[in-house]
Amino acid sequence: MITAGIDMGSRSIKIVLLEDIQVEGAPQIKYDMKKPYLMMPGDLDLDQAAEIAFDNACKEAGVSRERVNKVVSTGAGRRQVGFAADSVTEMTAGAKGAVYVFPNAKTVVDVGAEEGRGIKADASGKATDFAGNEKCAAGAGSFAEAMSRALQLTLKEFGEASLRSDKTIPMNAQCTVFAESEVVSLIHANTPKEDIAKAVLDAVASRVCAMVRRVGIERDVVLIGGMVHSVGFVSSLKQAMDVEELLLPEYPEYVAALGCALLAAETH
Amino acid sequence: MSAVIQPNTAPEKKEYWRWAENTWVDETKDWRAAKILTCGIDVGSVSSQAVLVCDGELYGFNNMRTGNNSPDSANNALKGVMDKCGMSLDNIHFVVGTGYGRVNVPFAHKAITEIACHARGANYMGGRGIRTILDMGGQDCKAIHCDEKGKVTNFLMNDKCAAGTGRGMEVIADLLQIPISELGPRSFDVDVEPAAVSSVCVVFAKSEALGLLKSGWTKNKVVAAYCQAMAERVVSLLERIGVEKEFFITGGIGKNAGVVKRIERILKIETAQTKYDSQIAGALGAALFANTLVTKQGASAPIKAAA
Repeated sequence: MITAGIDMGSRSIKIVLLEDIQVEGAPQIKYDMKKPYLMMPGDLDLDQAAEIAFDNACKEAGVSRERVNKVVSTGAGRRQVGFAADSVTEMTAGAKGAVYVFPNAKTVVDVGAEEGRGIKADASGKATDFAGNEKCAAGAGSFAEAMSRALQLTLKEFGEASLRSDKTIPMNAQCTVFAESEVVSLIHANTPKEDIAKAVLDAVASRVCAMVRRVGIERDVVLIGGMVHSVGFVSSLKQAMDVEELLLPEYPEYVAALGCALLAAETH
Repeated sequence: MSAVIQPNTAPEKKEYWRWAENTWVDETKDWRAAKILTCGIDVGSVSSQAVLVCDGELYGFNNMRTGNNSPDSANNALKGVMDKCGMSLDNIHFVVGTGYGRVNVPFAHKAITEIACHARGANYMGGRGIRTILDMGGQDCKAIHCDEKGKVTNFLMNDKCAAGTGRGMEVIADLLQIPISELGPRSFDVDVEPAAVSSVCVVFAKSEALGLLKSGWTKNKVVAAYCQAMAERVVSLLERIGVEKEFFITGGIGKNAGVVKRIERILKIETAQTKYDSQIAGALGAALFANTLVTKQGASAPIKAAA
């Protein structure tokens, strides 16, 4: 059986195709994750973009669309997916995927482009509690992205630069819009890029951490979402949450889509 | 050297957010005849104002953009209006500083919070009956309640979030490439009044506005939706302290009819009008406080030039 999970994020569409593998005597069903597929929506309608992304994902995985038994969607645009049999929240999908990748995960931190959230998960991968902020860009990837643009660095370089700094410059502004002016004044004061990058990532981490604290920080802690790719953010978050280890999945931005594909397989 | 970043110097880029600075002096009066000459300086996060008051009456003001340091902004704001009427700092009896940079006004005798000053200034500009004041500044927004003397009885403020502030409006002006002074009039040039932009955060509102443009909305309709969102947001702040009928808006957004008219529509009240620049309320209040202080203490010797 083949199932698919599609995560309609605010910035990109992520698709995971799963095929179950029967292993004689194994207690649990194993899954084979086909090549994960990512697409940035541009000028397209969301439903049209979902169609194109799904077609391309099937093509890349070498599976015809008809062979996919069930599709479950998640993300901000989850209701725009016409071919999905079901849709679940980002919390449900994220917890499911994270616990599948790391079976001992209790706390899942999800930092994407426009939202950051903390999720509490039980052993079966069910989300039991969550705290998030969807009204404000502070504490999400777009904040770091806007600031890296002001420094003329890519998000990846921005994260790497922050690791080279050992300074702690507190950011006063809560709001991304105000923080941008604060960064500009730091630039004009000839503050090294590295220190500014660390100040920004520390600020995002402290806001994310405040949300995660509301559900409680219990080991193991998993970080999912695109911000995993920023090494500086991972380090700042570790420090803010005061944990030695933060589990990072191999494909951090696909974890919610993977969760959807798993839920599709379980409910089919 | 690698740490130094060159500012983007694309010469073609138009600054749509840039609002008009202005200077005004009451030509019918002569400051030399005044017994008490006081000055209020409001160094805000975005704009700085200097206001001159002769014997408790508004005489002149200068309103300009805040520079990269508070003392210079204060000096430049005052110099702008003094040059226009041939005055020097030696002629002024008392200076009160207010605003975010109030402690950095080098020649001020005293600093007073901008909340007290805005209430006092609004009391002068909008009339003694004013009880509710909405100060929509560059980087914050305050709802103030005051008594008949312009004394603050209660206030609430948002200084954490750009939504509902002038900075948020500047971002939208730049995004839509419409000069900021045209946003108000253009927001009424729509066939049907649209619903407000649903995002609170300015960053998200930007993406939402782009999405609306892509889906075929006219720029004017997007402006209308954004003005409505801003009005709804500040009304929720106002309602928390209670709105009384005599109502006045100070700060830069007070000049944006697109927001002001929508606030009036939601609250079903009219705002008091003023012939002066709504941005000077804080500095005017500061100058009026200075006048009261001099009257009470007796006119001290005119101050020496800035240290």
